[in-house]
Amino acid sequence: METEKLFEKTDVNMARRSFLRYAGAGAAAVGVFAAASCHKDKSPGPTTSTGIDIGAKGDLAILNYAYALEQLEAAFYINVAAHMYTGATADEIALLTDIRDHEVAHREFFKAALSTHAIKSLTPNFSAIDFSKRDSVLAAAKAFEDTGVSAYNGAGYLIQNPDYLLIAGKIVSVEARHASYIRNLVSPGSFADTTILDVNGMDKQQTIAQVLPIANTYLTTKVSASNYGYVAS
Amino acid sequence: MNLFGIIEEIEKADPEFQDRISPRRAAIKNITSFGSKVAVAAMPFAFSTLFKKAYGQAATPSVTDVLNYALKLEYLESAFYNAGAASSLGFSTAEKGYITLIQGHENAHVKFLQGVLGASAVAQSTQGTNGVYDFTAGGTFPTVLTNLDTFFAVAQAFEDTGVRAYKGQAGFLLGNNGALTPALNIHSVEARHASAIRQIRRTRGATTTKPWIVGANDTGIAAVDGNYAGEDNISQGGVNITSLTGVSGNVTNAAATASFDEPLTSAQVVALVAPFGVK
Repeated sequence: METEKLFEKTDVNMARRSFLRYAGAGAAAVGVFAAASCHKDKSPGPTTSTGIDIGAKGDLAILNYAYALEQLEAAFYINVAAHMYTGATADEIALLTDIRDHEVAHREFFKAALSTHAIKSLTPNFSAIDFSKRDSVLAAAKAFEDTGVSAYNGAGYLIQNPDYLLIAGKIVSVEARHASYIRNLVSPGSFADTTILDVNGMDKQQTIAQVLPIANTYLTTKVSASNYGYVAS
Repeated sequence: MNLFGIIEEIEKADPEFQDRISPRRAAIKNITSFGSKVAVAAMPFAFSTLFKKAYGQAATPSVTDVLNYALKLEYLESAFYNAGAASSLGFSTAEKGYITLIQGHENAHVKFLQGVLGASAVAQSTQGTNGVYDFTAGGTFPTVLTNLDTFFAVAQAFEDTGVRAYKGQAGFLLGNNGALTPALNIHSVEARHASAIRQIRRTRGATTTKPWIVGANDTGIAAVDGNYAGEDNISQGGVNITSLTGVSGNVTNAAATASFDEPLTSAQVVALVAPFGVK
């Protein structure tokens, strides 16, 4: 408790900091993940001309990793809904627009929750996707959703705060619901087939170092995770 | 909600409460000064953590407990799909394909969990009546194995509840990667299933049913209200999702509830599946 006394004397924001420490959770409407960095105040890693890094090992890095993926997904579906592909049914338009709204909610949630700790807005590059063609859009959507599921599943064990793990869990199952729907649009009945599951009927997690190179093919702003074994080339 | 009233009440029962949460009472002092800046919705979240710190974590289940709980739910699901597949419900070819795939996964999950638990695995014969379930849940769903729409309604409730059940256990597996990651990998497959069953129901005429859960009970079946309790939550970690900017205006209530699935505690789930024979 001595260190806390020191902290008290030197920190004008004692009221907020001490509360966060005792309560273990940010409580204001924004910056709810700030508690994770109470002692370090580490912002995400350096921004370079080639991109950004999710920063020092810890919950903030994992949350920024999720924020990066949600930014990508939101940007993709905003494009999809704004230029709906030829031959889209009313049902497809309605449900793909729903998915867009979910991904935007995820993106805005992380942005608000990370507050000053958030990485910057990423610039996507969807030149490889033909938004006028159903096959091209749905193939990309399938890749985004399946990769998103595997990314959350693979990063879960890296999270230290159970409240953040729960939030990741709340999001990943929604991504899996999306994946199931998109896969059935691509090929009915493929919602959880052997191309994506293992022999135990389980999804296959992917590491940060596996996921970011895939995400970066759709990003002008390259995302690195140097403390998790991946630097964008 | 009168938080300070609550603290007074606790102090009547436990005069040392304030000392428990802080020897120097800093926490309480700071809550008072910080109170006006705190979003009311976030307070229960913050306080639950405070109470955990004050009294220590409520009895946490062991990893074996968590996995056996999962195994009991997988036993139920696998038996349900085995019964459906063996019935004369009359699935379409497409529906049969979905059910066969899901059936295979649930049986694989049973085998996987049994393998992990080894001798500690609870036996299937302890469930229901000598291992036989009552899929009507004591008569609540009398046509579950004779009417396709009833079958899919129960299937949807099982899958959505399964997702919620796994989600509620993740925190207890924190720090045990060997158990957490497989649990997450099953959790997301249950969500794929839930979405697929919902897609079937939508095709069959439940046109307001979407692959995701909108609001609380969106099934149109009042008997499963409890399975969806709390799914209408719009506050995540103290952030009101409907206060965030969406594509046009704020994020809608529908999108806010659908974009986050919610957990259930094991006590909640056990109460929901007990009528089927889960013990």
